[in-house]
Amino acid sequence: MTDKQRDIWKNRIAVFFAWVAALLFFFPIFWMVLTGFKTENQAIAIPPLLFFEPTLENFTEINERTNYSKFALNSIITSFGGTLLALLIAIPSAYAMAFNPGRWTKDILMWMLSTKMLPAVGVLMPIYFLAQNSGLYDTKAVLVIIYAMINLPIVMLILFNYFREIPKEILEASRMDGTSTFNEIRQVVMPLAWGGIASTALLSIILCWNEAFWSIVLTTTDASTLTAFVASFQAPEGLFWAKVSAVSTLACAPIVVFGWLAQKQLVQGMTFGAVK
Amino acid sequence: MKSLMNTALGLSLVVAGATAASAGELTIATVNNGHMIEMQKLTPKFEEANPGITVNWVTLDEGTLRSRVTTDITTKGGQFDIMTIGMYEAPIWGSRGWLEPLDFGADYDVEDILPAMRGGLSHEGTLYAAPFYGESSMIMYRKDLLDAAGMEMPDRPSWGHVADAAAAMTDKENDQYGICLRGKPGWGDNAAFITTMANSFGAQWFNEDWTPALDSPAWNHALNFYVDLMNNYGPPGSSANSFNEILALMNEGKCGMWIDATIAASFLTNENMAYAQAPVAITDRGANWLWAWSLAVPAGTNQKEDAMKFMEWATSKEYIELVAETNGWGKVPTGTRQSTYDNPNFQAAAGFAEAELAAIKSADPSNSTQNPSPYVGVQFAAIPEFQAIGTAVGQQFTDALAGNISVEEALANAQEIADREMKKAGYY
Repeated sequence: MTDKQRDIWKNRIAVFFAWVAALLFFFPIFWMVLTGFKTENQAIAIPPLLFFEPTLENFTEINERTNYSKFALNSIITSFGGTLLALLIAIPSAYAMAFNPGRWTKDILMWMLSTKMLPAVGVLMPIYFLAQNSGLYDTKAVLVIIYAMINLPIVMLILFNYFREIPKEILEASRMDGTSTFNEIRQVVMPLAWGGIASTALLSIILCWNEAFWSIVLTTTDASTLTAFVASFQAPEGLFWAKVSAVSTLACAPIVVFGWLAQKQLVQGMTFGAVK
Repeated sequence: MKSLMNTALGLSLVVAGATAASAGELTIATVNNGHMIEMQKLTPKFEEANPGITVNWVTLDEGTLRSRVTTDITTKGGQFDIMTIGMYEAPIWGSRGWLEPLDFGADYDVEDILPAMRGGLSHEGTLYAAPFYGESSMIMYRKDLLDAAGMEMPDRPSWGHVADAAAAMTDKENDQYGICLRGKPGWGDNAAFITTMANSFGAQWFNEDWTPALDSPAWNHALNFYVDLMNNYGPPGSSANSFNEILALMNEGKCGMWIDATIAASFLTNENMAYAQAPVAITDRGANWLWAWSLAVPAGTNQKEDAMKFMEWATSKEYIELVAETNGWGKVPTGTRQSTYDNPNFQAAAGFAEAELAAIKSADPSNSTQNPSPYVGVQFAAIPEFQAIGTAVGQQFTDALAGNISVEEALANAQEIADREMKKAGYY
């Protein structure tokens, strides 16, 4: 076997494994979408049905019973709002830590990250009381604040790593030109780290979108998001898999479309700094 | 400073506006069960008849609903004007003054509510929740399979007979299992079912001085019987099975028999289904459970009058007739009113009606054990500590079923868990 042939085979094997991995990740989503078009009895049939007469009855019932657009709008506002607030806090903080690191910078970052290990239920009562007494219970504002706070450590850490990739000489040059700190962040750091910021924002939006605990605990009717919408279709007594699959498809659809549209930024951000 | 003042003023106006907007708006927390969904669909009829009242629904799965309404009521959050609660919560919350006592007018005909339901939802004679639909447990079996095995099912069989029937219907080579029972851990799952079984074997959760009684020979006998029955004639993986999993197995024709909530009868699709009372061992006391999904009004709600109006409507005879008019008598919420069972249309539409009524009537939450016990409840003890104890003990039962530990070890662990919790709570 020549070197060229060996390379071709290596490439084929790599492609094969890439396909297997992709299919493994995609299969649950495919099955969820498929089950959404089955009847409840078809959904639990053994052996599972791959070919069947599709029905829209689940989607019709969901539409009759609930106001999907209200839940979707709440998800969009809280996910984007939470991410924006987190970025507003994280960008200047990560800038300070990346370009003016102190003795404890890494420890502070690790401490921030360690708060992610705290189980959410551990702070349920204080946050519940704060939301209630401040009049923010069942408002989008409370979810925006909570989402920003719970994602802040991750957003900070990722931005810190992106900012550190920027050569300090560029910042020094801009300082020599008399740029203020604010303008340095806005006109130098942000354009250079734009891919990283965009992919961090996208990750944060996805995390906010999928957050279920706080959105169920802190809302009732006005600010409920799509995760609460999905939770409302589970039933202890009765078949619900087809309806839950249809609801989950509706809940996932906007973020999947958004992710697909933003994939360029995501890939750009992931490979940022890989080639200097 | 001025802009800060303006912002504060604006915020206070928004808050004031939000409060004003909530007048006449009822927020109701409920579960996603079929009867509840129907109630949501029929709510516009109530709103038409009561102009000025609008109803907002918060639908949650059972576990989340329980934690949400518990958080709300213990913190006096006031997020809900009506809560859907069960027979476990009603007497406990009522005794603590967390629920409004119910006092309906003569038109409501409170005497029509089945006495077992009224008793289970009351504390010291005061009703704290109105039953929306109720259930007991019974045997649901495949008559064709039993006939083929040359056996019959008496109206109230013994556990021994059930084991014989399960053996006769089992054909493991053809994926056919004689009996399917809950095995998934949880105080409302396997612990509930096994408690009814244990009651019938003469066991009980607590002695009269509140010390746990899980180390008794009766518990040992009951749990051994359950584990043997499931290992010999149950489907593989029973330790993960709850209501929905077994319902699927039944509808696929893989189980000959199922003992569970009477409501299951309305979901079974096989045309050869027949029904009998839950089996007995040495006593029929506590042999079948009693449960009601009910509506209750938290104490201190600002919407008490409107909430009571809605509750009266949703749990009335007229509501049941409205469901019958809309969907037929086979779809009405059952297990609450004698008048439903007296209705010939309902009797004709629901083949399980007679068995269900007999099961509910025979369940007595205040006298559910062979020997005297200090608690109220058939498949649970209506004390706040029971949720934690029941779930932890249910885990031990699941471990025994899965073969991870022996029945004796499971019960010894269960006794230790219950003893620790009860001591901690100051019962002795």
